[in-house]
Amino acid sequence: MNRPRWTHLLRLAFVVLFVRPVMLAAVGLSVRNRERLPGEGPAIIAANHNSHADTLALMALFPLNHLHLVRAVAAEDHFREDTLIGWVARNLLGILPISRAGAKKGADPLIPVVEALDQGAILIIYPEGTRGEPEKPQSFKRGIAHLRQRRPDVPVIPIFLQGFGKLLPRGAWIPVPFFCDVVIGEPLPEAADRKAMMANLEGAITALASQVPDTVWE
Amino acid sequence: MGEIMTPTGMWIGAGLLAVLVAATAYGMAKGKPDSGPNEFLDRVKSWWVMIGIIGLAIVLGRTATIVLFAVISYIALKEYFSIVPTRRTDRLILLLAYLAVPVQYYWVGIAWYGVFIIFVPVYMFLGLPAAMVLRGETAGFLKAAGTLHWGLMVCVFSISHAAYLTVATDAATGEPFGVGPLVFLLIVTQFNDVAQYMSGKTFGRHKIAPKVSPNKTVEGFAGGVLATLALSVALAGFLTPLTFMQSIALGIALPVAGFLGDVTMSAIKRDIGVKDTGSLLPGHGGLLDRIDSLTFTAPLFFHALFYLHGA
Repeated sequence: MNRPRWTHLLRLAFVVLFVRPVMLAAVGLSVRNRERLPGEGPAIIAANHNSHADTLALMALFPLNHLHLVRAVAAEDHFREDTLIGWVARNLLGILPISRAGAKKGADPLIPVVEALDQGAILIIYPEGTRGEPEKPQSFKRGIAHLRQRRPDVPVIPIFLQGFGKLLPRGAWIPVPFFCDVVIGEPLPEAADRKAMMANLEGAITALASQVPDTVWE
Repeated sequence: MGEIMTPTGMWIGAGLLAVLVAATAYGMAKGKPDSGPNEFLDRVKSWWVMIGIIGLAIVLGRTATIVLFAVISYIALKEYFSIVPTRRTDRLILLLAYLAVPVQYYWVGIAWYGVFIIFVPVYMFLGLPAAMVLRGETAGFLKAAGTLHWGLMVCVFSISHAAYLTVATDAATGEPFGVGPLVFLLIVTQFNDVAQYMSGKTFGRHKIAPKVSPNKTVEGFAGGVLATLALSVALAGFLTPLTFMQSIALGIALPVAGFLGDVTMSAIKRDIGVKDTGSLLPGHGGLLDRIDSLTFTAPLFFHALFYLHGA
């Protein structure tokens, strides 16, 4: 992708030296149906969202030669360039920032997303839009269905993540190790319209969730 | 621990290798190419990995062995904390509980028995609830404190006894027992698991604990005890300072303890509503599923050996 080479190397080092040791050794991921992870772009991964660790976990699963394709779509205003977390998100995690403010003014926030897909990206999208309360699902936003309409041939792979909200919930800075589950689903079927697509996606993630025991977090 | 390059060490290594090769050949012959998942072979593959890692640690020496058991405790504790209900407010308390792992194995490493034996049951027992009180949430307090401490006792305190075997002093020689008794404990405990399972599959009729573990039978238990007794008597003379009569006594006590450890963990899993404690070992489940019997046999064997032959 058209990003400077040093950022790519930095990100590679970040994944090899930090993300993988932490996620695979210290935390421990229990991955189901790993073979369903998309091997080539373009593809969309739709996952539930509980923690910043969600993106790290998904990054840890991809082979290194595909890492440059993997980008999580995130709100530009949440990861501003002049903040530390923004720098980390943009340069190490390699997020694809989109503008929520622009959307309110009538601009099209999906343009960079569609562009990235056309260049073969594997995009991580969190349809809940926010991490919210740890380990509690929230209603899905429709953006992903709009994207699906524009690029109907790009496969959408639903993934259910569990445990990351306990590992590193919103507002926490110190991670506490727990085994976490990553359950990968089959690509979503074609849907007649946006509403049907959202129903498919929510149904798929709920079905994946039922494959692993609930965590109790009182 | 240069002592493993003895004839006994070689024979044990060769024996384990032969069993693994035979089991692998059997598993491959049994599994047809397209008959779906071969759980037996998965299980045997996991055994290769487990025996390989433990063997490597033992060859590398005492420090590597102690570090390996610390890692085993850490993974077991993490599996436990991942399946039991915990309170949000105790997030950082769990971190403190994890910290007990390196500290406990440090006592093992410096062979400080007095602190090794009280650190978890006394100081963590008092310290964790004290830390929880400072966070101020009283709802579910007793349940949370009990749950945390139970996990530490089983995953850290009990398992660390296996590691302490390598540093405890043998009264007869004035030297550490070394790796022999540890290898004895591991082989006997794991052999007992397999023997109870196989004898239950072959002869099992009468359920022994229908509510907790419906697959366990009286015949499986009895057959396992007999087979383990025979193995204990055969191995004790090579690997431990135990006398013949002592090896008979422990050859009965260890499989009984192993069985109790196994069903105790089953009761916990059933209470929580999970089948396995994790998925680290294909064919077995989690690591804690594999070492549940060791959590009971390790302290029992350690204290028996230490009482009878320790200094």
